[in-house]
Amino acid sequence: MNTEGVDESKRQFLTSALTVVGAVGTGYLAVPFLAQMQPSVKAMAAGAPVEVDLSKMEPGQLIRVAWRGKPVWILNRTKAVLETLKTLEDQLSDPHSRDSIQPTTSKNSLRAIKPEIFVAVGLCTHFGCSPTFRPEIAPNDLGAEWKGGFFCPCHGSRFDLAGRVYRGVPAPTNLEIPPHHYVKDTLLVIGETTEGKAA
Amino acid sequence: MKNIFITILLLALSFGVLAEENAHLQHAKINPTDSESLQRGAKHFVTYCLGCHSIKHIRYQRMSLDFGIDDKKVLSDIAPQGATIYQQMNTAMNAHDSEKWFGIQPPDLSLAARSRSADWIYSYLKSFYADPKKPLGTNNLIFKDVGMPNVFWQLQGEQKATFKTVDGKQEIESLAVNVPGALSEQEFDAMVNDLVNFLVYVGEPIKLERERMGKYVLFFLSMFLLLAYLLKKEYWKDVH
Amino acid sequence: MKTNRITECSNWVLARFPLSKLWNEHMAHYYAPKNFNFWYFFGSLALLVLVNQFVTGILLTMNYKPDAKLAFDSVEYIMRDVNWGWLVRYMHSTGASAFFIVVYLHMFRGLIYGSYKQPRELIWIFGMLLFLALMAEAFMGYLLPWGQMSYWGAQVIISLFSAIPFVGDDLSLWIRGDYVVSDATLNRFFAFHVIAVPLVLVMLVFLHIVALHEVGSNNPDGIEIKKTKDANGIPLDGIPFHPYYTVKDLVGVGVFLIFFATIIFYLPEVGGFFLESDNFIPADPLRTPEHIAPLWYFTPFYAILRAIPDKFAGVIAMFGSIAVLFILPWLDRSPIKSVRYRGGIFKKALFVLVVSFVALGYLGTQPVTPTGTIFSRIFTLGYFGFFLLMPIYSRWEKAKPLPTRLTEQPTIEDHIPALKEVFDEMTVLKPVTNPDDMKSFYGSTVLRRRPNPKGILRVVSRVAKKIKASLD
Repeated sequence: MNTEGVDESKRQFLTSALTVVGAVGTGYLAVPFLAQMQPSVKAMAAGAPVEVDLSKMEPGQLIRVAWRGKPVWILNRTKAVLETLKTLEDQLSDPHSRDSIQPTTSKNSLRAIKPEIFVAVGLCTHFGCSPTFRPEIAPNDLGAEWKGGFFCPCHGSRFDLAGRVYRGVPAPTNLEIPPHHYVKDTLLVIGETTEGKAA
Repeated sequence: MKNIFITILLLALSFGVLAEENAHLQHAKINPTDSESLQRGAKHFVTYCLGCHSIKHIRYQRMSLDFGIDDKKVLSDIAPQGATIYQQMNTAMNAHDSEKWFGIQPPDLSLAARSRSADWIYSYLKSFYADPKKPLGTNNLIFKDVGMPNVFWQLQGEQKATFKTVDGKQEIESLAVNVPGALSEQEFDAMVNDLVNFLVYVGEPIKLERERMGKYVLFFLSMFLLLAYLLKKEYWKDVH
Repeated sequence: MKTNRITECSNWVLARFPLSKLWNEHMAHYYAPKNFNFWYFFGSLALLVLVNQFVTGILLTMNYKPDAKLAFDSVEYIMRDVNWGWLVRYMHSTGASAFFIVVYLHMFRGLIYGSYKQPRELIWIFGMLLFLALMAEAFMGYLLPWGQMSYWGAQVIISLFSAIPFVGDDLSLWIRGDYVVSDATLNRFFAFHVIAVPLVLVMLVFLHIVALHEVGSNNPDGIEIKKTKDANGIPLDGIPFHPYYTVKDLVGVGVFLIFFATIIFYLPEVGGFFLESDNFIPADPLRTPEHIAPLWYFTPFYAILRAIPDKFAGVIAMFGSIAVLFILPWLDRSPIKSVRYRGGIFKKALFVLVVSFVALGYLGTQPVTPTGTIFSRIFTLGYFGFFLLMPIYSRWEKAKPLPTRLTEQPTIEDHIPALKEVFDEMTVLKPVTNPDDMKSFYGSTVLRRRPNPKGILRVVSRVAKKIKASLD
């Protein structure tokens, strides 16, 4: 053992260089390891756009379809509902959907491409429970003020029939609207905004 | 000492004998970078094989990425009618029917090229010959008494075996086309080659990508080794 | 200010946890002999491979399904649909074989330098338990892909237990949890492979290292460096493990990773040795493949099994071939550790062992033939002869005088000029036929060299003479 006359700066330099190379290598190895926990092609295949035929839908009817495993609601709103929705703005937390998630085609007061057809991801923006559909006016359990909407049983968040959140409930934003568009008048595609353009 | 060397020599020789075993197989030319050949192979597979054999571990979307063609072209040119891009290549035939018709369910061929060699598949597909003793009327030189008919008989024609007698037993010496088919011998070989090329690709679609990536990894590791070596040299100056 | 905070924090930890003490005891002030050679890389490499198997194994369990109906397909799902799943899977499958390569070389190192001898018998025992656990781990892991080889390999190996008199059949039934290898077997092997055996492995690695650091490392000269110390009580021939052996092991890691990556990216199957071609066919309980061979790392033991004509005796011989390793420290009666100073008879016996082991490994991969069986028997005798005759021949040995201090030997770098000469002798330079080649990569003098039969023969006979001389 003899540590006299050692070029410390060279050792320092080589140690740093090897550390950097080692760190970069570990980083590159970490990428595949982390990426393998991302959705696989199978999950992506299951998350492919979904086509929904609306020709048999009746006014007032709500249907549920699965897109990427999430419930997506499609609601056929009646004229009366549309009228009611116009009167609610002052009770809402985000009436113009400024802080909420939706494609630009649905960023309007009724939150829809076609006023009567409402499409939304049926998961509460609070902690992800699926709210219940309560179209009736002033039921006993929800109080006289209830004008019809969605009620989340987990933590009591309330949304109107355009998926807009009321003030004073835990949910922070309106219900999310998935990318969707119409191929034909009665053929809806959920999962892409225009044809071939995935979300 | 001498005995040990002799035994080693014997062992080495027995290696050689085993290598001989596969000598009668014909050689398929595999080129995973030949997108045209792979596309032709995929089309042939859908036309002639997918009726009975699935290749369920591959999706049409994977092919569009690997062949460098867009999704629409895969669906219109290769996939059967009504397929979607993420769909796996499943067969239309149900397992029950096939058991009834062929005695066994035709195997999934996703990994055929990895369990058998490319040369084996190539030779097998070309080695059907007329054999009136078999229920299907054909037999195979490579896979004796196989339960699969010659699906290419219209293209290849009918092959006939010529026999020779070895140790009192009849053995097949060679096969030759007896009734010509729609394709010439060269055209048919090229077609089977495309099909085998495609099956090799299906066996491991990531192969090209992994070999491409390997170069960078090895270069990087060489850099690491060089630096580690210099560092070791530097530190070990202390040790006398 | 800021540095003070950090110091405070570290002091807080150090007052509660002996971090610096551990570091000093096992790294900075752990004195290792200064003459470690190539053979001493494999211990740290085994640890590296273990980490690799843990990380990639955990990632694989995220997508693997231990269900007889789903297992095979889930492996292909990992290979194709999961992002980078192919890389993780190849790292795991290659790592399994790499583990055995590294461990066999590590064991061989112990054998040639007498690292199993007093005072290191316990290190050797822990090591053998590790080897046993590793074999169990590999065997159960190999069932999981649920291919034909997985299935029939497991079927054969589990049936070995049925050879045990009286309880055999009940025992193998209990191991399988069914009348044949089935979903139940797969599920329990998954549990063992993923949780139980890895825990045992980690504990044994810990014990192996603690025992090693208690008595100190052996070295290629096989003399104890603790016998000659300086005024401060530090062995004169010892150097701190850190930094000297950490930087040296990094070189070993670099070389190892280059081999490892080459296999993963260019030949993950290694011609059927790391991934057998029959294992790309899903398990079929009704059809046995024509030729069943275990993976290469079990073939020496498998060949011993097949060499014995009696079922029970065969099983005894196979387990005996591993059990005999455990008592090795007490079979060896020579006071000398390292092969460098041991007598010719030990070297010859060692040579017989290596040849037998490699030959058995090869024979185990081959179908049974009458000639093969005869050879298997000869080599089985060679294998057992090395161990069981050791108490006799190690007593006769005429040892060379031991040095008092470590000796200096040429390093790998010192051999490079000689290796270059050998390469030049074994090849001839091909004349340039195409002038364009000169400009490209192919024009380099290394690639233009072709084998030279005469030179090769000369070199081989020289090497053979050298081996013969070194055995005396």
